[in-house]
Amino acid sequence: MTTTTSAAEAVAASLRRMDEVKAGADGLNCILWSDREHALAEARAIDESRAQGPLAGVPFVAKDNIATLHLPTTCGSRILEGYVSPYQATVIRRLREAGAVLVAKTNCDEFAMGSSNEHSAYGPVRNPICPTRVPGGSSGGSAAAVAAGIVRIALGSETGGSVRQPAAFCGVVGVKPTYGRVSRYGLVAFASSLDQVGVFGATVDDAALAMEVIAGRDPLDSTSADVPVPRYRAAADRPLEGLVIGRPKEYFPPSLDPRIAALCDRALDALRAQGATVRDVSLPHTDLAIPVYYIVAPAEASSNLARFDGVRYGLRVTGDGLRGMYEATRSRGFGPEVTRRILLGTYVLSAGYYDAYYKKAQEVRTLIAQDFRTVFGNGVHALFTPTTPTPAFEFGAKADPYEMYLNDIFTATANLAGVPGISVPVGRVDGLPIGGQILAGHFEEMTMFQIAYALERALGAEAHR
Amino acid sequence: MAVTREDVVHIAALARLALPEERVPELVAQLNGILAHMDVLRKVDTTGVTGTAGIGDASTPLRPDTGPQIPLARPREAFAPQMRDGFFLVPRLATHETADEEETA
Amino acid sequence: MTTLSTPARAVTERYEMVVGLEVHVQLRTRTKAFCCCDTAFGAPPNTNTCPICLALPGTLPLLNAEAVRLAVRAALALGCTVHETSIFARKNYFYPDLPKGYQISQYDRPLATGGRIAIGKNADGTPITIGITRLHMEEDAGKSIHDRYGGATAIDLNRAGVPLIEIVSEPDMRSAREAVAYLKVLKQILEYIDVSDVNMEEGSLRVDANISARLRGETRLGTKTEVKNMNSFSGVERALEAEFVRQCTLLERGEKIHQQTMLWDGARGEVRPARSKEESHDYRYFPEPDLPPLRLDRAWIEQIRAELPELPQARQARFAESYALPAGDIEVLTANAKLADYFESVARQHGDAKSAANWVMGEVLAALNATGQSVEHFAVRPADLAKLLDLVRDGVVSHSAAKQIFAHMAETGDPPQQIAEREGLIQVRDADELARWVDEVLAENPTEAARFKNGEKKLLGVLVGLVMKKSKGRADPRRVNQLLSERGG
Ligand SMILES: [Mg+2]
Ligand SMILES: [Zn+2]
Repeated sequence: MTTTTSAAEAVAASLRRMDEVKAGADGLNCILWSDREHALAEARAIDESRAQGPLAGVPFVAKDNIATLHLPTTCGSRILEGYVSPYQATVIRRLREAGAVLVAKTNCDEFAMGSSNEHSAYGPVRNPICPTRVPGGSSGGSAAAVAAGIVRIALGSETGGSVRQPAAFCGVVGVKPTYGRVSRYGLVAFASSLDQVGVFGATVDDAALAMEVIAGRDPLDSTSADVPVPRYRAAADRPLEGLVIGRPKEYFPPSLDPRIAALCDRALDALRAQGATVRDVSLPHTDLAIPVYYIVAPAEASSNLARFDGVRYGLRVTGDGLRGMYEATRSRGFGPEVTRRILLGTYVLSAGYYDAYYKKAQEVRTLIAQDFRTVFGNGVHALFTPTTPTPAFEFGAKADPYEMYLNDIFTATANLAGVPGISVPVGRVDGLPIGGQILAGHFEEMTMFQIAYALERALGAEAHR
Repeated sequence: MAVTREDVVHIAALARLALPEERVPELVAQLNGILAHMDVLRKVDTTGVTGTAGIGDASTPLRPDTGPQIPLARPREAFAPQMRDGFFLVPRLATHETADEEETA
Repeated sequence: MTTLSTPARAVTERYEMVVGLEVHVQLRTRTKAFCCCDTAFGAPPNTNTCPICLALPGTLPLLNAEAVRLAVRAALALGCTVHETSIFARKNYFYPDLPKGYQISQYDRPLATGGRIAIGKNADGTPITIGITRLHMEEDAGKSIHDRYGGATAIDLNRAGVPLIEIVSEPDMRSAREAVAYLKVLKQILEYIDVSDVNMEEGSLRVDANISARLRGETRLGTKTEVKNMNSFSGVERALEAEFVRQCTLLERGEKIHQQTMLWDGARGEVRPARSKEESHDYRYFPEPDLPPLRLDRAWIEQIRAELPELPQARQARFAESYALPAGDIEVLTANAKLADYFESVARQHGDAKSAANWVMGEVLAALNATGQSVEHFAVRPADLAKLLDLVRDGVVSHSAAKQIFAHMAETGDPPQQIAEREGLIQVRDADELARWVDEVLAENPTEAARFKNGEKKLLGVLVGLVMKKSKGRADPRRVNQLLSERGG
């Protein structure tokens, strides 16, 4: 990203844009916390030091479940209201060391549990493209901030599609890296074996640049991988000749909105025109992803959220004795969706049910991962699918929890298998953005970006029409 | 395997969540609704399939037995609900005089 | 030990005690199991805490290599098979000194399984051995202090995250005495391999017991209870006896044993049920997703095995063979590895094992006990003690002078020769000088001298004593004896 303006000007512009688009609670509600003076001071310091980092002076926002030193980290929850982390996440440190300036923390579904951003304790985020509709979730605030032009780079987090799905709904680029590609240190855990920090970009290039900065082994995360990080932006110039792109039939079911299918096929045509080969493939266990996901993720969440007990930090509500304090704190602190998932997760792990649910789900998860290995082992370099089965929906449209869960149907597979994915705008239906998803093999982000750049180049303004 | 009222009360207790009486039937219905969709997993043949435990076959990295500890940018008092003389304070356990029935390790 | 009343004894004699022990041992590392905080005991509350062990949102565990090495070392010393792959698991429960709301432990894939240790011999000489079911790694919880502030429990997390191993035995023990013997052997092995302080009073060794009773001759196991809260070996013995009596009494009355947790009250000498909770324990174990499986290289495991020091039983056998010492001496000298090292060093340098043993068991242990020093920091180094024993053997100093010299050595750490010279404790063997002292004593005590010369042999001792006194202990008593006898005709 080339910046011709000073850091202070860029940050001031970002802060101005927040006001213009009414980013706060009275408007889009995508921004939860910001400290203008602090951000401007940081920007001025960068200007004064003439820092040469790859992101020098670039403003960014981060989802509210990523630990930052100067702004609260509440995970969109009452239980962490007012909590300011005494340490910062590795991804925040890396972006700041590259010269980027954190201007705000963004709204999200509470503890990243949701696909619509309706589950934030601080109210829903409105989709900047159509304010009566959801921005997607759980990283809806970050997606909306990029879509609204407040920043070009935003951090989100993925557990089952929480970056790609809101990116699709808001018409921006969203990346979920390979599991282990980006440090989770400082990302408040939802489901540890699925969580990854992801990035939103106004363009593929913005996202690639941010990924270059945040990726790589971190000694503070035992699950972070010691795999070299390529220059993702170098993928921009690579031709597609020789690339085989799979079109998995399970992601194009007969029930899929034909207009979405058509946009995806138009995208595939554009890739073919640039030299890629498109092949029909199958990932037979795809339809099991949601049942598996909604066992594994709540199970891990029920354990990860046990630390919110009112003892050391966060909300404490007095009750009858210690037990009463625990129960009052957690019942008052967690919203209904989080409560539901904790109960579900506790249930599937509890004595007598573990084998039938959790153990079984992890076994089926292995089959889902094998689907990807098989297809990528057979000469297919990447897969192309719709990111979501529908465009952004109206607030309150998905009252039934499971119906809401089905929104992750095309995205949760990548989290279960640990493979990287990116959502890029491929067009609009009824004026609402539609995302196309590119999935690649473990640590093959380069291929993913290569196709994403090509697609963006080919579709150009079409992608936003 | 239907979730019963008792199940919900039991897991809520395990999870230290106080559920108002009137929310229980709704949660019983929701959990049953969600879990009904999981039944499809039972029909999947997973003979000989090992469950995914973490991604990949990497070993957990080992760190050297040295400091320094990760510093706190602000004191514990800045985020703790209640502290005294450096201790976190919680309401006293009802069972404290009999040592304690819940294990600590 | 609880003295059983006569009726209780009559009942318990028909039953057999079956005991298995779960022992938690704190590993001696500098930093905690999953973070870089210091493990030092006694720091101000919560100062040895960081984002990780405070379980701040977003933090992750980082496994300490040294904790793994020590755990593997312990497992090998206990004869266990160390597995190339083991898996950490979360044990979920709420407790205010458990910051994450779960303990990182190991569950169905522990570090090591299938060990065995010998704890003594049966009357017929066959060894009594106890099986080790498993050894796994886990982290400690913090400390809850209930009696400091009114109405509140104070939480100190300095200990939270300290590395532990849990050693689970088979239900192979048949008496409280065997249980204690097992604990002593376990403690001794762990001390020998230097993995822990193994101090029950300070909590670096903690014991929970599973105990059941059955009629003698019965092969099935009875319903067991778990006994906790014992903080000394004698506490374990008394608690097991008390719980055994309780169980036997119930069984005798035809009542059922409830599987429950019992707490030992050492002050009252009784066990009582822990207050039962409305819900049963359900730890919802599942693999810890923040830590990939622990994979150990077989060659590395074998290297740790090769680095193991000689274990107590091997050492005892070798002492019996190499030094021909009585069993009682061997037991004392091998009680801990450092003392055994000390003894061996003295014995090797001096040559006479029995005299080395006597000195180590006598003077050395007495000095250590008196000052509370540990043998490795004792001022008298083995080489110097060996030199002192050489001086005695060679007649350079008398035995009584040697004791004086030893006392100086213990104080100053100076070499024995130097002290002997400084303090004038070198035995005088010069014939002229000895003769002069003898003659002077005879001259100064004419009555005794006359009686002695007239054949009153019993005065020899008195006269030797007087010569020794005159020489300030420097005269060689044997030579004095000889000279006097010659004078006595
Ligand atoms: Mg344990
Ligand atoms: Zn720590």
